[in-house]
Amino acid sequence: MYEILSKTELAPKIKLFEVSAAEMAEKARPGQFLILIIDDKGERIPLTIAGFDVKKGSVSFAFNEVGKTTKQLGQLREGDTILNITGPLGIPSDIKKYGNVLCVGGGVMIAPLLLQIRALREAGNTVTAVIGARIKDLLFYEDKIKAASDRFYVATDDGSRGCQGLDFLKDVLEKERFDRCIVMGPVIMMKEVSELTKTHGIPTVVNLMPIMVDGMGMCGVCRVTVAGKMKFGCVDGPEFDGHKVDFDELVNRQRMFLPEERLSSLVWETVGGCKCDGK
Amino acid sequence: MTENKPRPKPKKEAVPMPKQAPKVRRNNFNEVATGYTEQQALEEASRCMQCPKPQCVTGCPVEVPISEFVKLLREGKYEEAIKKIKEKNALPAICGRVCPQEEQCQEKCIMGKIGEPVSIGRLERYLADWERNKGVETPPKTASTGKQVAVVGAGPAGLTVAADLAKRGHKVVIYEALHLPGGVLVYGIPEFRLPKSIVQAEVDYVQKLGVDLFNGYLVGRIYTVPELLKRGFGAVFIGTGAGLPAFMGLPGENLGGIYSANEFLIRVNLMKSYAFPTYDTPIRIGRHVVVIGGGNVAMDSARSALRLGAEEVCIVYRRSREEMPARHEEVENAEEEGILCKFLANPIRFFGDEKGWVKAMKCVCMELGPPDESGRRRPVAVKGSEFVMDTDTVIVAVGRTPNPIIQSTTKGLSVTKWGTIVADECGKTSIEGVYAGGDIVTGEATVISAMGAGKKAAKAIHEYLMKNNN
Repeated sequence: MYEILSKTELAPKIKLFEVSAAEMAEKARPGQFLILIIDDKGERIPLTIAGFDVKKGSVSFAFNEVGKTTKQLGQLREGDTILNITGPLGIPSDIKKYGNVLCVGGGVMIAPLLLQIRALREAGNTVTAVIGARIKDLLFYEDKIKAASDRFYVATDDGSRGCQGLDFLKDVLEKERFDRCIVMGPVIMMKEVSELTKTHGIPTVVNLMPIMVDGMGMCGVCRVTVAGKMKFGCVDGPEFDGHKVDFDELVNRQRMFLPEERLSSLVWETVGGCKCDGK
Repeated sequence: MTENKPRPKPKKEAVPMPKQAPKVRRNNFNEVATGYTEQQALEEASRCMQCPKPQCVTGCPVEVPISEFVKLLREGKYEEAIKKIKEKNALPAICGRVCPQEEQCQEKCIMGKIGEPVSIGRLERYLADWERNKGVETPPKTASTGKQVAVVGAGPAGLTVAADLAKRGHKVVIYEALHLPGGVLVYGIPEFRLPKSIVQAEVDYVQKLGVDLFNGYLVGRIYTVPELLKRGFGAVFIGTGAGLPAFMGLPGENLGGIYSANEFLIRVNLMKSYAFPTYDTPIRIGRHVVVIGGGNVAMDSARSALRLGAEEVCIVYRRSREEMPARHEEVENAEEEGILCKFLANPIRFFGDEKGWVKAMKCVCMELGPPDESGRRRPVAVKGSEFVMDTDTVIVAVGRTPNPIIQSTTKGLSVTKWGTIVADECGKTSIEGVYAGGDIVTGEATVISAMGAGKKAAKAIHEYLMKNNN
């Protein structure tokens, strides 16, 4: 059992949990993820590690309340427990001095991006950070990311805050030479940014979080095609060369269980468990 | 007087195993074989010849004293009989259900020469179930040696090593990567062949021996094997199994609706998606399910798919019925339930619909050439014999490969080109104090062979700990 030490609402429906997990805290590195299962009827879901504190013996992660499991998770409170959390999983990011690094994060993945930025900066890199969300209200960590990076941009899909869309990146890439780019966010965003950096020949790493069950190489549901070869997101990744990932296939595989996910969510909201009173 | 009376000739036929009727069982996940009654067990036990030099035991990888426990059983001494089994085998309820007895103990049974061999597995199961139903006694604790052993993986090999070492007085800690113990017994073998409550009961027994169990610890990512040795464990046993799915590398294999057998079975068995949405893990089953492969995993997948409501389930296998590696009994069970088999056919590509979901599979017909290195006749494609099958769910059951995480995080550990760990007869690896056994050493094999390897490794670890004062 893993106790929730603190719960923070980062934006509407986006929450950050800090859980007690001393051994995991010692081993966790930026880029890695964990798998959690809330209770004995639960499903196993992967979440990117957004922080670890060896002294406190804690690990933190952020999640977006989109499906049944994340909605249920969002209702847990400080002091509540989670049945099992397995991690750290996946190969850690290769943190070293590259020079000038562009870090792009979107949605809930802004939380682990902060960890990435801090580690890269500590390794002696100059970091340009870009964060984005659909609308202004879904943005978070603006101050933290700004403080942790050398240059900072913010964008929203509707332009309600900062630049509208990621088109401005074209100018940024024209003006400045980057040695490496890291993208963490929705698949569509990772695809778009990878396409932009490809034209400039900037090595680009994307952090993929496909559907997973075990998260340790056993089921193969997280398979992605990279440079024409089958790779497993959980054990060969989660980071891959953004210029070689078949994003269209990934988008398709992400949608495989949509009808079931909707059903599960609906059952949760109508018959059992949900305590949100229709809000 | 009675002693001089000639023994009645034993019946040639074994007492059949009572089963749920095919039409009933294809709609539920309850156990297919319901087990002998006391009367049936006694009758079957009476067929044993009690050979002076029993051959059956030579066929058992863990050397269960078979003729002795059968003798106790027919004398009605059930408690003593199950204790006799447990001297050698900590998991009899599991072995009685999933061991391929027909190619082990029962193959050696003398009764097999004149009729059917004694159903040793069914008798083992009867006793294990009798004991569980009555309540398992907590075994007496052995005096502590003060030695500690870490076991990686709570599957058949790891549980056996843990039980044997605990009985010898060592402190054992098992690290299991999944959230539940049992390994392939919980994620691989379906409920209708091996109820999970039975696996749990057997694990409980191992824990009662004093073994500590930690779930959700992926050794290699959390502690590494060298770190475990540094943390005070005198020895480490690696029993991480062959849990990675093999794919065929065919065009279209990443379409929606194409599962590895491992994914399919993990969803259904470990995550209980047959009870979705009561359980949260979904599974989508179509109308026309194709299962590729001819082993036990293929049978388990096909029979699970049928129970999930598929209209039609067809096994596609590239060789013929004779070469199928699945247990004969399971193929029979599957066919009784209405599963179709297409032999001598091999898939070559998959076609998807506009939503990226599989809709058809192109195959080529095969014919059998001369035997290959496995001794089975090698299938060869027949030119121009391609055909297309409609399908909306494909389960790829063409084998499993070793889990690689320990190998890649343990310096100095010798590994073969197939990714298995190099270990000698006793499980000794290239690192002192590190032992391995089961599928991680042999590649995909059986539950009982993993348990056999666990027994040998436990003996070797015990000797190592006591000799070197480790």
